[in-house]
Amino acid sequence: MGLTGLQKDSKRASDVPLRDIVAHLAENRAQLREEWVRRINDAQLLTAMTKDELFAEATSVYDSYVDALETRTLESLEAYAQNLSERIIPRGVETHEVVGIVLLLRDVLARSLFTKYHDNPALLDRALDAYEPAANSIAITVAVGFVRERERVIRQQQESIRELSTPVLQVRERLLIQPIIGVIDPHRARQLTEQLLRGIRDTRARVVVIDITGVAAMDANVANHLVLTVEAARLLGASVIVTGLSPEIAQTLVNIGVDLGKMRTVGDLQGGIEEAERLLGYKVVPVAEPQA
Amino acid sequence: MEVPILKQGPYLIAIIQSALTDADIVHLRDALVEKVGRHRSLGVIIDVTALDVMDSFATGTLRDMAHMVLLRGAETVIVGIQPDVAFAMVHMGLKMEGVATALDLEEGLAYLDQRTKAARHR
Repeated sequence: MGLTGLQKDSKRASDVPLRDIVAHLAENRAQLREEWVRRINDAQLLTAMTKDELFAEATSVYDSYVDALETRTLESLEAYAQNLSERIIPRGVETHEVVGIVLLLRDVLARSLFTKYHDNPALLDRALDAYEPAANSIAITVAVGFVRERERVIRQQQESIRELSTPVLQVRERLLIQPIIGVIDPHRARQLTEQLLRGIRDTRARVVVIDITGVAAMDANVANHLVLTVEAARLLGASVIVTGLSPEIAQTLVNIGVDLGKMRTVGDLQGGIEEAERLLGYKVVPVAEPQA
Repeated sequence: MEVPILKQGPYLIAIIQSALTDADIVHLRDALVEKVGRHRSLGVIIDVTALDVMDSFATGTLRDMAHMVLLRGAETVIVGIQPDVAFAMVHMGLKMEGVATALDLEEGLAYLDQRTKAARHR
């Protein structure tokens, strides 16, 4: 037998069983699918889904799986995995669950192959040779598709948080407010300053109220940064009023020895805006009795 | 490059148009302090809009100049510091203590008008 003959032979060895395997899986579709769903329930995976949903999803995963084995292409499975991820990620499905169910299916199918070929070890060997690599690449495809989708969602969320996190709002001619909510890390602190200074230049603001009611605590670095921001705003000709300092932040500022002469602070946002209006020469007067 | 100094009513206006060497800044300082007396000016405006860097020497010299001008009877206001420059300055600890700053030329003029009006009323 020549080299070509050997190659042909080994090709046949992997071809024939895979076709057999697909036929076997299609034949026993109902039973294997139920076995798989039972195993998923036992392992308490995908608890976020109802039984009916799980069964419907299991059916289409099973069919896509067999289809991928049969056609030996991963494109449609990839598309399906992405579609599946898009649907289940918002419901809080974790990576280990998705990987878990695919590995369970792989296991269920492998076991059924054991049962089918158990009286013919040579054939079983060849069947597993054909099945294992294909099953592995399917598992990888689904896992990678899920993780990729998750990362995309995370990136998108980070972006929207970043955009949302630092609004600079004009409340009156030449008066800006910047409400800050949540944790301030160095990256965000820098961004806050940049947006504030740009806002001052673009709106020609003379007074800025920075409200930090929504900030529970800040470390010395960020507190220092806040002081620098106040200084920088002054260089642009704007006065800064900081409002809503929590007791913890007040303590931090005292501990790092902030020169309080340079920083104007007022208890709450209302007080800050009133102070700012005074600085700008506004006077708010009610023109009529409030409507009932 | 020499910075032109314009006389506008009771004020002197120096608009810096490009990066300056240390010698240029010293020259500007001397010229302004001298002219404040000659024109009996009430205020000085330095426009630094075109500068994208303010180092410690420039900051220190401008601050000294503001104090010298004050001793000669006039107010100084620095206008047009860019956001990035302002942030870089405070990071390096250059803070222009005791010197008035304003957003732009218009704001600077408004500031001086207000200050000199107050002074005249006294």
